[in-house]
Amino acid sequence: MEKTEDRAKEMQKGMLANYYDALTQAEERRTPVAYLFIPGNVVEVTSALGFLPVYPEINALQCGIKKVAGDLILAAEDIGYSSDVCGYVKNDIGLMLKDRRHPLARIPKPDLLVCNYSGCNTFIKWFEALAQFYGAEVYLLDIPYVRGGGVSPSDVDYVVAQLRELAEVCARIRGVPFEEAALERIVAQSRAAEDLWAQTLDLATRRPTPFDAYFEAVFYMAPINILRGTPECVEYYRALLGEMQRRAEAGLGPVPEERFRVVFEGPPPWPHFRAFWELFKKWGVAAVSSTYSKVGGLYDQGIRHDPARPWESIAEYAINCYTNWNWGMRSDLIRKYVEHFEADALVIHSVKSCRSFSVGQADLREEFIHERGIPTLMVESDLADPRYFQEAQLRNRIDAFFESLEHKRMVTA
Amino acid sequence: MLATPEGLYSSAEATLEDLGLSAVAAWKARTGGKAVGHFPVYAPAELLHAYGVLPVSLFGGWGKVEIDHADSRLQSFVCSITRSTLELGLTGRLGGLDGMVFSNICDVARNLSGIWARNFPSMMMEYLHLPQNIESPSAREHMIHELERLSASLSRLTGRALDEARLGESIALYNRGRAALERLAALRLAEPWRLPALEWYLLLRLGAVLPKEEHLDALAAAERLAAASDRRPRDGIRLALVGAFCEQPPLELLRVVDEAGCFVLEDDLALGQRWYASPVREDGDPLTRLAEAYLTASRPSSVRHHGRQPRQQQLLERVRALHLDGVLFATAKFCEPALYDYVLYKEVLEAADIPYLHLEYEEKMSTFEQARTTVETFVESIMFE
Repeated sequence: MEKTEDRAKEMQKGMLANYYDALTQAEERRTPVAYLFIPGNVVEVTSALGFLPVYPEINALQCGIKKVAGDLILAAEDIGYSSDVCGYVKNDIGLMLKDRRHPLARIPKPDLLVCNYSGCNTFIKWFEALAQFYGAEVYLLDIPYVRGGGVSPSDVDYVVAQLRELAEVCARIRGVPFEEAALERIVAQSRAAEDLWAQTLDLATRRPTPFDAYFEAVFYMAPINILRGTPECVEYYRALLGEMQRRAEAGLGPVPEERFRVVFEGPPPWPHFRAFWELFKKWGVAAVSSTYSKVGGLYDQGIRHDPARPWESIAEYAINCYTNWNWGMRSDLIRKYVEHFEADALVIHSVKSCRSFSVGQADLREEFIHERGIPTLMVESDLADPRYFQEAQLRNRIDAFFESLEHKRMVTA
Repeated sequence: MLATPEGLYSSAEATLEDLGLSAVAAWKARTGGKAVGHFPVYAPAELLHAYGVLPVSLFGGWGKVEIDHADSRLQSFVCSITRSTLELGLTGRLGGLDGMVFSNICDVARNLSGIWARNFPSMMMEYLHLPQNIESPSAREHMIHELERLSASLSRLTGRALDEARLGESIALYNRGRAALERLAALRLAEPWRLPALEWYLLLRLGAVLPKEEHLDALAAAERLAAASDRRPRDGIRLALVGAFCEQPPLELLRVVDEAGCFVLEDDLALGQRWYASPVREDGDPLTRLAEAYLTASRPSSVRHHGRQPRQQQLLERVRALHLDGVLFATAKFCEPALYDYVLYKEVLEAADIPYLHLEYEEKMSTFEQARTTVETFVESIMFE
C-alpha cells in the first residue's frame, strides 16, 4: 500500500520558507552571515555568535530542482570555469554573477567563509574563489581525512584547536565574547534532532519500508542540514518520527508494492530528480538506505554532538563525515547497510561533479559484484549539470538490471 | 653519458619512458634496498631516503599505456595520470615498488589511495593528510604526527629504526639537489637560451627516479654543459608556465613552446623536485624541521591553501619581479585544482593587463599542430603589441 500522510513535508516547506526569508532580509537587518559547507560543518560554533548560516551547496541543489542551474552553470563557464569542474561550484559562481538572485531568496554576501575542509578538496577552491570575488575573510578548518588507522586522538585535538581559533575569529567579527553556554545549548539541540533522525532512518528495516530512504530521505534530511541546532529542527524530527511510525504500523510504503529493496550510493541528479525516481518506481524499487542521506552526518552510526563535550564532539562529527572516510570504511558501511536493511541490491549513481564521492565507486562495484556477491548497478549522470542526464540510456541500464534481478528471483523461487 | 648534451638529455628521455621501472629494479638488485612510489606532487623524500628507501615519483603512463584494466575501476572523467598509474599497477609494471605514499593534493588522488589499498593489499600504503590551515599554530604538531606515522610505516618496511643523524644527512643532500636546481634556474633567468624549457624539464624529471646522489651528478653535468654551451644569444618571449604541477605535459608540448620562441622562466613543472623555496633547516630535530619547512617554505601551488597570501597574488608578484611578458597556463584535462585556479589567476592577470594563454593536455594527446599555431599566435600578439 502507498503512503498517504505527508505532514512532515508540509512542515518542512514552512521552515525552509522562513529560512530563505531570513536570508533575503539579512543584509537589510545587518545579520552577520557565515557561509559553510554541509559535510562536517561546524554551524554550532558560528551560530553561538549569531551568524546566519548560508550553505552554497543547498542553494545549488535548489537551483537544480527549480531547473535554473543550467543557465547559472553557463554563466560561470563564460568567465573561464571548465566544463569538467563541479556544477555546484559553477552554479554558485553563476548566482554571484547574476546578483545573487536565487529562486527562493536574495542570497546575502558572506561576512565570513568557514571552509570546513571535510571530505572535499573542491571546497577549498570554491571558497578561495568566493574570497576573491567578495573580498571576504576565509577560515580554513582543516579536517584530517580518516586514514587507514582510524581517527586518532591527535586528529581530534588538531580540529578542536582550530575550532577555538574559529570561535575567536567569529567573536572578533561580531565584537562580542564567545559564550560556552550558548554553544552547549545549541549542541544539545543538535543532539536531540540527531537522535530522532537516526531512529527514523532505522524504520526502513520494516517491510515495506515506510519511506524511501533515498528519494524521500534526501528531502527529510534538509532541516537537519540547514537548521541543525534550532528548536524548530527538533520539533520537525519529532513530528517526522511519529509520521513514519504511523506509516510503518499501517504497512504503508513509498511504492504500491515493494518488490526490490535497494541501497543507494551517491547524490541524486537534482535537475531531473522526479524523472530519475520514476525509473526505479516502475520496478517497485524502494530504497532502504543511502549514503547521500548521511552527508550531513553519520548519525545512524552513532556519531553525535554532545553538550557534555561540545568541542570534541563537534570535531569528531566533522572528521566522521561520510566522504571523509577512506574507501575501506565506505565499502564496509555500504555492506552493513545491505545486510541490516536486507537489501536485494546496491545502486550507485555516479556524478561527474563530485570526484570526492565518485572516484572509487567503479572499484566498489567490482568489489561488490565479484567479491561480496551483491548485485550492483552503476549509472552515471550529474548532481547539478542538467546536460549530463541521458534518460533513455539510464532507462535501458536500469530496466536491464531489474529484469535480470527479477529473472533470478523467478529461477530460484 | 653526461659528457655531451645529447648524451645527457637522450638518456634522460629514455629514463622517462622506462614505465616498467627497470632502473628501479636495477637499483634494488644492486643495493638490496626497498623502493617506495609516491603520487605527485609532494612527498617527504628525505624521510624515505633516510631509511635507505628509494623514493620514486610516479608520473603516469606518459601516453604510452593503453588503458584497459583501469577502465573498470575509474570513470571516464578522471585525469590521465590517475588512470595510467592504476593501469601500470594492475598490469604488474609497478611490481618493483614496495610501497606507495598518497596525500590530499586533490580528491582523485585521495580516493585513489583507497582503490590502491584494495587492489594491492600486500604493498605498504600510507596516506598523508597534509595540513591546509598553515596559519594555525596547531598545524605544526599535526604535520609532525603525519611524518611520524609515515616513519613508523617505513620502519616496519625496512626493519630499521629512524636514525636522526641519517635523516639530517638526507635533508642536507636534498638541500644540495634543490640548490643545484636553483643555480640552473638562475642561469636560465640570465641567459635562457643556454637551457631551453625541454632540457630544464628533463633534468627535473630525472630527479623523479634517480637516487638523489646520481641526480646531483646529472645536475652538475648540466650546469657545466649549459655554461659551455655555444648556443647563440637570442631574444624570446619571457613566460611563466603554470598548472603542470601534477600530471606533466607531453614533451612535444614543451618542444612547441621552446620552438615558438618562448623562454619559460617560471614554472611549476614536476614541482616536487623544488618543493621548498628556501633550504630545509639543517639544525635541530630533523623530522620537526621537515614539518616546519612544509608549513613555511613550500612554494605556492594549487594543491595548498595559502591563507592570507593567495596564490594568484603571488603569481602576479613573480611575473612582475621577473619582468615576464605573459603567462602560459598548461593544465591537464580533468585536473580540478589547476582548472579552478586558472579562473582566479586569469582574473588577476586581466586586471593587471598581463597576457595569458590556456592550453589543455592529456596523455593520449598525439598531434600538436593546433597547440603550435595557438602558441605562435600568442607569441606574435605579445611581440607586436
